[in-house]
Amino acid sequence: MQTADKPYRFPDARGHFGPYGGVFVAETLIPALDELNAAYEACRNNPAFMAEFEYELKHYVGRPSPIYHARRMSDALGGAQIYLKREDLNHTGAHKVNNCIGQALVARYMGKPRVIAETGAGQHGVATATVAARYGMECVVYMGAEDVKRQAANVYRMKLLGAKVVPVESGSRTLKDALNEAMRDWVTNIHNTFYIIGTVAGPHPYPMMVRDFQAVIGKECLVQMPEMTGRQPDCVIACVGGGSNAMGIFHPYIDVAGVRLIGVEAYGEGLESGRHAASLTGGTPGVLHGNRTYLLQSDDGQIIETHSISAGLDYPGVGPEHAWLKDSDRAEYVGVTDEEALAAFHNLCHLEGIIPALESSHALAYAAKLAPTLPRDKILLVNLSGRGDKDMHTVAEKSGIQF
Amino acid sequence: MSRIQTVFQSLQASGRRALIPFITAGDPAPELTVPLMHALVDGGADIIELGVPFSDPMADGPTIQRASERALLNGMSLRKVLALVSDFRATNSDTPVVLMGYANPIEAMGVDRFVAAAGAAGVDGALVVDYPPEECEAFARALKAGGMDPIFLLAPTSTEQRIREVATIGSGYIYYVSLKGVTGSGALDFNDVAARMPQIRQGVGMPVGVGFGIRDAESARRIGEVADAVVIGSRIIEEIENSPRDQAVARVKNFVEGVRAALDQIQGAPR
Ligand SMILES: Cc1ncc(COP(=O)(O)O)c(C=O)c1O
Repeated sequence: MQTADKPYRFPDARGHFGPYGGVFVAETLIPALDELNAAYEACRNNPAFMAEFEYELKHYVGRPSPIYHARRMSDALGGAQIYLKREDLNHTGAHKVNNCIGQALVARYMGKPRVIAETGAGQHGVATATVAARYGMECVVYMGAEDVKRQAANVYRMKLLGAKVVPVESGSRTLKDALNEAMRDWVTNIHNTFYIIGTVAGPHPYPMMVRDFQAVIGKECLVQMPEMTGRQPDCVIACVGGGSNAMGIFHPYIDVAGVRLIGVEAYGEGLESGRHAASLTGGTPGVLHGNRTYLLQSDDGQIIETHSISAGLDYPGVGPEHAWLKDSDRAEYVGVTDEEALAAFHNLCHLEGIIPALESSHALAYAAKLAPTLPRDKILLVNLSGRGDKDMHTVAEKSGIQF
Repeated sequence: MSRIQTVFQSLQASGRRALIPFITAGDPAPELTVPLMHALVDGGADIIELGVPFSDPMADGPTIQRASERALLNGMSLRKVLALVSDFRATNSDTPVVLMGYANPIEAMGVDRFVAAAGAAGVDGALVVDYPPEECEAFARALKAGGMDPIFLLAPTSTEQRIREVATIGSGYIYYVSLKGVTGSGALDFNDVAARMPQIRQGVGMPVGVGFGIRDAESARRIGEVADAVVIGSRIIEEIENSPRDQAVARVKNFVEGVRAALDQIQGAPR
């Protein structure tokens, strides 16, 4: 096992997290990534840029998001105390918007009037369409044709916000294919287009840049937890799809000794069933979408279809920094099934009056397993990455209800 | 001397251009791949680029994506592609075969195992689209040690430094992508290619092939005026797609013959 350096200083100049990450793209994209890299370096070292980012997060998104002590849930579980980082209260209902604002500001700095995005469930697409409207940019969202059918409400939301939604008919017609198509658009329209990737994946500098923008989540927790509880939590728990909400809350805690970082993947119908989306715990390293990371793939290196009740976790790869945190043992990765996530969803509704996103319900489900094994004075901080309004249809269907 | 170098040397000696067609292995059917390869040679191909299908061909346009999907549905895999190359070699020991594809199937097989198997099958080079030079030094070294050429892409946007990098790490030939975008996209800018070619040919010190956007004999001839080789992909896949199964081989040969004839009208070395 490799150990993470201390202080933690990843990635390297070419975007490597140990053997993971990097820039695995065709030559045609290299200049665009070099240009983006230079622009992002300039932005993040520019106090005026960072001040505007913070201003937008405060006044447009509603940050800082509160931390909430889920007392009734904790009491019901009878063990460690559960605290929720309320990203569900952000404008647009999830953590995704933090990153979209950051990237849209970089796009504006670069003078690109057109933004594109890939989306699965539509959450990142909605967040991108939102900020595009906010900054007066043209917006095109690529979405797998299957997902367009499954997520009609979000498609309509994006259209209301002025975005064009393009259904992608290639491959498995889901998130990974939408990402391929967005890359194709980008390479063709580099002169006026900025590609807003929705998670900590893709070629360098995306995994680092998205992490930096999402790290506002963990930075706030570092301040809020001592204020509320007098100390930092024992465990930080987040669901992992591409890994952006998890990286956002983990990153500021990497150098904080004694804090366990736990990423929760989607086991779908069970790890053994083969129908899941657990790249870190059920996959092997490979190269996809511009970086080296853990992937769900066949023996001969074809990417396989994934399954999760939560569309936002339904991705066959994972951000390369998680691959590194796993191999270096700084973070632990586990999974919960569709059924366990649904139970946690209903529990939070009943016990706390909060309807969580199905993605976030995976983190809640694991917290519910862990809490009873720990004494009452232990603290679990769960990233409640989004709210569940978008999941009404899925959950109702599972209960046999049609609207 | 490698088979690729031999081909370019003899072409240069007679003032001719290399014709490099691309097909995807396993499309439209695995049993048609070797006959299609022979048809390409009979039609006048000098080197064959054989696509290794991948589930997520990020740098390809719709035509080659569809070919890749058909091939995967037909059960094609990297291992089976290598078996097809062996079959082709049973009756052709002169025409270089360059595999073109993505990194993941190679990494899944393991670089060392791939190099050994490809060498044994009679592969001459590999162009891995999502392996830019800085991510594949070890792979390029292993290929060369196995007697094969690592082929790299250059684009209209490539910097001077980039040109020097691929010149150092690559061998065989350089593949100049003649337009921005994905394979099979629209307009080809002849003036841009003509303007960039001398600098690139001189900068890399090896033959330069131009591809992406060449669709017929006329565009092939115009590119051939300034380049050492002409690569045609999507247009041949379309020919295969649009032909009844039993006519695909003959129609592809016919198309390639037309391009060959146009290239052979060119007089003298590239300008
Ligand atoms: C609420 C919510 N949480 C989590 C995710 C998963 O993404 P990531 O792992 O990048 O946070 C999504 C993706 O759509 C989401 O909408």
